[in-house]
Amino acid sequence: MEKKNIIEEIEQTLDKKLTVAEMYANRPRKWVLYLAIVLLIVVMVGWSASDIKFTGLTVTGTEVAKGVLHGVFSPDKALLFGTSDTDVPYLLLQTIAIAVLGTLIGAVLAIPFAFLASFNIMPKPVAYAVRVLILMIRTIPSIVWALMWIRVTGPGAACGVITQSICSIGMISKMYITAIEDLDTHILESLDAMGCTPFQKIRYGVIPQLTASFISTTIYRFDINLKDATTLGIVGAGGIGASLVQCLNSRRWAMVGAFVWGLMVLVLIIELISTRIRRKLAHGA
Amino acid sequence: MENENSPVIIKETLYDKIFKPQRITLANGHSVLRRRSRAPLIIILLAAAIYLSLIMTGFDIGTVINKFSKMLDLLKKILQPDWSFFPKVISPLFDTIKMSILGTVIGCALALPIAILSSSNINHGVVIVSICRFILALIRTLPTLIIALVCALIFSLGTFSGTVAIAIFTFGIVAKMLFESIETIDMGPFEAMEALGANKFQAFWSACVPQILPVYLSHSLYCFEMNVRASAILGYVGAGGLGITINERIGWRDYNSLGMVLLSLFVVVVAIDFFSEYLRKKLS
Repeated sequence: MEKKNIIEEIEQTLDKKLTVAEMYANRPRKWVLYLAIVLLIVVMVGWSASDIKFTGLTVTGTEVAKGVLHGVFSPDKALLFGTSDTDVPYLLLQTIAIAVLGTLIGAVLAIPFAFLASFNIMPKPVAYAVRVLILMIRTIPSIVWALMWIRVTGPGAACGVITQSICSIGMISKMYITAIEDLDTHILESLDAMGCTPFQKIRYGVIPQLTASFISTTIYRFDINLKDATTLGIVGAGGIGASLVQCLNSRRWAMVGAFVWGLMVLVLIIELISTRIRRKLAHGA
Repeated sequence: MENENSPVIIKETLYDKIFKPQRITLANGHSVLRRRSRAPLIIILLAAAIYLSLIMTGFDIGTVINKFSKMLDLLKKILQPDWSFFPKVISPLFDTIKMSILGTVIGCALALPIAILSSSNINHGVVIVSICRFILALIRTLPTLIIALVCALIFSLGTFSGTVAIAIFTFGIVAKMLFESIETIDMGPFEAMEALGANKFQAFWSACVPQILPVYLSHSLYCFEMNVRASAILGYVGAGGLGITINERIGWRDYNSLGMVLLSLFVVVVAIDFFSEYLRKKLS
């Protein structure tokens, strides 16, 4: 606004319209803002770099780097296409199985949480309390959940499933809440006016509004859970991660390569499928 | 009017060919086709997936219910944090934050040129665009913990490996989000600048950069939020930060101290989320 006034003033004193070039010469300069941002970043980087020092490679560092590269370019083909239960396809299937069960259980468990935390359904104090609980579930990293569940149920794929069910509640219910709070209540009123029973109102007024976004959220979470399930194996919760880490530590590079290829292909395919389904859901196929 | 009574044409899929759509004749003589519900197919597929998954994982809901009280005991201890442990949390906590700051800045700086190279409205070379996007997709498939583990093997244990792992992760995510946003910017000003005689770089600098910059900063902040959460666990594989403490406390079954670690992480994460959300709102 200020700029416009200045331009008008200049135009009046010169008694003519400004040309584009002159306007350009008078363009707003935000260099103070940019300088502030750059300074802030420089200070933060300086502060953090003071403690993070490059201590050089380890004795075996170059060997590891060469080994990983070598493994990726010449993976162990017997392992990559084998069918026994220590080979890549079986472990990938197990990883998918963990993610499927974890996501489904999490999605079901998240429904009560989401309804309890919605402001348009529950009174405010209850909704706030449940929201804090959801936030706490979200903040504890999945690896920590897995380590705790291992203490309780022992290692194995089952531990991965229960870990993922709990971890998924946080994000899924957060997105469910948005869907529930966006519910169009006019539809319920008109169903009421038509004399529908509460059951009919839920069946024809609520469920059709929620299913698409609920399914979309669940598929999105499946995508995330699958990536997560590959790392849960590191702590012993089943899936491909455990074998990958074992091979890394015992420096069998060809096997590492096979696992990495399997993992990359799986994640790429699942991401492609999930994006496609979600796009279809969003546009109402 | 011969089309009067012909049904409205719907796109047939394989499913519709097997299960013919139901024909409904309306009171005015028009007839419409109603697709058969897909629900049975989806339910059968889902049931099969659940059954197979149960076999593959050996998951048993009974043991979970039996052991659930044990988990509750554990959670109860976590909810009673041991305050005297707090001084020992501070240093790894700051390590974690420093790792995420440096990793985010490095990753974001590297992401900018690649994002510009992989946006099809600025770079018209189809080959380069697809190669860049493919590399980005590959990087995003690698789990952060695995990258951190390999870095720890190469660069020795400590915060440096964590920083490298976070930088790689950030690079993949920010570049992807950024090129998707760059493709939606308004190219009108760019063309206008070129028509006025500006060269490609000048036109890009003054027409595209002002549009990209806020989005870029906002994506970077969002990624920083994620990185603080992610870097907390990198210590588990020896890449420095809180993860080492968490792993050690769980190993000793010292759940009260673990509660303290998680509480401080919780406070920091909430504070950073709040701050970055405020900044991102200002940017948009």
